[in-house]
Amino acid sequence: MSVELDFWAVLAQWPILLTGLYWTVFLTVVSAAGGLLIAIIFAWVRTAGPLWLRAFVGTYVEFIRNTPFIIQLFFIFFGLPALGVRLSPELASVLAMAINLSAYSTEIIRAGVQATPKGQIEAAQSLALTTPQIYLRIVMPPALQKVWPALVSQIIIVMLGSAVCGQISAPELSYAANLIQSRNFRAFESYIVVTLIYLLLAILTRAALNWMGSRFLFGGQRG
Amino acid sequence: MFHDIRRKCLKAFTALLLGSLSVGVALAQDALVNIEKNKLIKIAVPTDFAPYGFVGPDLVPQGLDVDMAKYIASQLGVMVELIPVTTANRIPYLQTGRADLVISTLGKNPERAKVIDFTHAYSPFFQGVFGPKSMSLSSPAGLAGKTIGVTRGAIEDMELTKIAPASAQIRRFEDNSATVSAYVSGQVQLIATGVPVAENVMKRNPQLNTEYKLLLIDSPNFIGVAKGQEALRSRVNQIIETATTNGEIDLLAQKWLNRPAGKLPKS
Repeated sequence: MSVELDFWAVLAQWPILLTGLYWTVFLTVVSAAGGLLIAIIFAWVRTAGPLWLRAFVGTYVEFIRNTPFIIQLFFIFFGLPALGVRLSPELASVLAMAINLSAYSTEIIRAGVQATPKGQIEAAQSLALTTPQIYLRIVMPPALQKVWPALVSQIIIVMLGSAVCGQISAPELSYAANLIQSRNFRAFESYIVVTLIYLLLAILTRAALNWMGSRFLFGGQRG
Repeated sequence: MFHDIRRKCLKAFTALLLGSLSVGVALAQDALVNIEKNKLIKIAVPTDFAPYGFVGPDLVPQGLDVDMAKYIASQLGVMVELIPVTTANRIPYLQTGRADLVISTLGKNPERAKVIDFTHAYSPFFQGVFGPKSMSLSSPAGLAGKTIGVTRGAIEDMELTKIAPASAQIRRFEDNSATVSAYVSGQVQLIATGVPVAENVMKRNPQLNTEYKLLLIDSPNFIGVAKGQEALRSRVNQIIETATTNGEIDLLAQKWLNRPAGKLPKS
């Protein structure tokens, strides 16, 4: 049985693929930034926040971690308009991805925060640093360095999960693959090409995040 | 010792990989011969597209396409296995041999004719753009700047892409349910779909005041057969011709669409 593959039919649609690549990267970058920001705040709440806030964050984290991402996405895109909130597919995707990432990252960062030696915090307090200063300058950098591999993995997972956002017509990579194969019926070639693009993207993103972490977030740490 | 375990694992993994590859090979045997030998025909039908193929509260598939599938099976004297498909995967299912026939509001166009074969038409169908009464739309130029929901890969997707101006925002969804949800929830202003779907939307959501706006294409439904299966195709054509003369085709159209089938094109 011979199978003839025609990759040129897929590569000839490079504008659609390029748009898809752009949107995947855009969705990942924005949701990673937003998600990590929320996660850093929530991690503080879970370790040192007031009880009522801690309960809210705990419920939020458990709910998001224990429900499928596609359901969260569909709820935001198809469900919220019933409450009067209509978001574009791209905005709904970014929101869903950021919320999803923040829930998992809260737990990851909390693990790093709780691994901070007590002595560090006591020394900082004895130097009259304020609580926000202690959290952001003393606790966060070593904590982030400890959990950075896990955080990077989670970001890659969310980036690959953005493939689901094509279901609500966000024009990212998997949407591009589906569109191309629905036009020229080259399903095998379309998905191979897009899989390779995702693979390359994941490798590059991991390398970039590892560099960015040590350069901007926790550089100069020893051990 | 670890080397032994690693080698065994590698062998097992390779065997599993090769085994799984051989399972998916679709041999181009005569489908009609297989159907008659196994006394079973696999027909792909929609389950998200009333009144052609949908599920009632009891989750049993019903509709015009489903009835047509059962009729063909009974004429061939075999059992039928109904396989639910979406617009996006119905042609790949046929190409890979997972279904012998596709009876799923399948329109005929030159791109599809390159990869599959068609029988005679068995039911009427036209696609158009529908939207709220409050929106005035009389020609394709009026689509400029508006959002239109459509199901990816469907005939209306192709036709809409051809006539829509550059500033029209076409939002493509994976299946009919998602497209309808997008329209009903207000995520898109207009919907490009077939008449039955639109009528269903109008019936279930009267508050939207949906009405017909533009014609995209008049495209009757054909049955899809994998390329090269000439014996199966002629047999199904025979069945359709008999059904036309004895009134079965009109009966189905009357039952599900409340209108006669009219003159349907031959393949």
